Amino acid sequence: MSREYATNDWYPVADAARMIPGHGFTTRLLGEPLEVSGSFENPVVTARDGRMLPVQVRYGHVWTTTGSAPRPLFDIAEADETDRTFVPCGAVQVRCSPLRAVENFLDIAHFPFVHTGILGEEPHTQVAPYKVEIREDADEVWATQIGFHQPQAAKSATEAIETRYEYRVPAPTTAVLYKTCPPKPEAWDVIAIFVQPVAEDMCIAWPWMALYDDVSPYADLVQFQQEIFLQDRSILENQKPTLLPLDPRMEIPTRCDLTSVVYRRWLKRKGATYGALTTAA
Amino acid sequence: MTFTLYNYVLSGNCYKIRLMAALLGVEYETVAVDFYPGMEHRSPQMLSLNPAGTLPVLTAGDLVLTETQAMLTWMATSFDTSGTWFPAGDPALLGVVQQWLGFSGRLTQSAGLARLHSMLDWPVDGQAACAAAVKDLRILERHLTDRVLEGGLWIAGETPTIADVACFPYVALSPDAGLEHDAYPAIRNWLYAIRGLPGFVAMPGIHYRHEGTSGTNG
Repeated sequence: MSREYATNDWYPVADAARMIPGHGFTTRLLGEPLEVSGSFENPVVTARDGRMLPVQVRYGHVWTTTGSAPRPLFDIAEADETDRTFVPCGAVQVRCSPLRAVENFLDIAHFPFVHTGILGEEPHTQVAPYKVEIREDADEVWATQIGFHQPQAAKSATEAIETRYEYRVPAPTTAVLYKTCPPKPEAWDVIAIFVQPVAEDMCIAWPWMALYDDVSPYADLVQFQQEIFLQDRSILENQKPTLLPLDPRMEIPTRCDLTSVVYRRWLKRKGATYGALTTAA
Repeated sequence: MTFTLYNYVLSGNCYKIRLMAALLGVEYETVAVDFYPGMEHRSPQMLSLNPAGTLPVLTAGDLVLTETQAMLTWMATSFDTSGTWFPAGDPALLGVVQQWLGFSGRLTQSAGLARLHSMLDWPVDGQAACAAAVKDLRILERHLTDRVLEGGLWIAGETPTIADVACFPYVALSPDAGLEHDAYPAIRNWLYAIRGLPGFVAMPGIHYRHEGTSGTNG
């Protein structure tokens, strides 16, 4: 494990709902306790030694970093498109590696079996070939040209559609999904999972969406995403080994796991191994 | 429409109503309430409907019900043509059913609370909730074991009742709090039987039995 690489990334520690002035709270990041206080607009994050950590408020969340030379927080351009509906979906705690939570978000093949009737259904289980690359200029993993049959691709979907997907991994503990927006096919809906690494085997996931949907009540949008994420939670908590194996000898992937293969390779190359197993047991 | 359910998709108590309706084949409407993170169940609008600020809430015309076990009773007596889900004609059996309806309320406060703590970091004593949940799981395990030795399968009587529906969700969801079912073989078989009932619906954390598989792991 390398804590050192991880300390220089930014992580979510609160959303607006969690920030109640006068009611600070303790959370954990990379195994260390943090105090979060102040307001959503002016948050204060304090380390155990009393040091005030850098903060920024982006994408509906309070972000902080503990490192001495933090890399810039990635950009999600759609966050500035004010005609979108922004939906922070709260925090879900999962007893799994933060990297496993991201990897699961990138997987398409499990849709018909875990998200039955929503993101997939039998017998439409085939994952057609798609493209995955490491974009060296941005230092990001991208999976493109993904298509999948989905019974209810979004709350706004009125019928089963062939949904197009692009996945982007801009940081080891963040995955961003761009998928067909049913009521506005020329645009992408954006669904991200921001993962707070509590420890190597424990994380808090903060799902966040930037959608075009003028019809669905807000509570329906939140619950649509929560239902999907909580279907994954029980599976994530039962994956073995708990840490994400980066040694290619430990697991045998298939063609549909290509995003995972490239994600793991990218993590290993960067030394982003907090939450990973780096050698075969 | 038969009734309206003010619903939160991750709530085990809301799921009792969705499950009961599915097993009875009753159509209904839902209104999504942003319990988390929005805390909408504490909004003025929801408090005017249910001053206790809890979910679910069921409305049917002028009728407003806010206690889950009362909703199950109302649904079974209103829509169950077989008369088996709420055995009103058998005082002894009905007594046992009511006994386990009461127990299901305790499950909400033990296994349900442990799950909220583990999943959403609910500000409660998670260890105490887990300890209470283990105690309740052992009570149910013993009862279901006794039932099997008597030749039974369900909590009370020869057929499933609202007591099974009431106890099912928070027992089935206890792994969400790290409380696995390995030590409770009678509970495992009972959960499997409920998941096999005609009309059964799943929720996040409770899966459908997969066609083409066999054995108790479903």
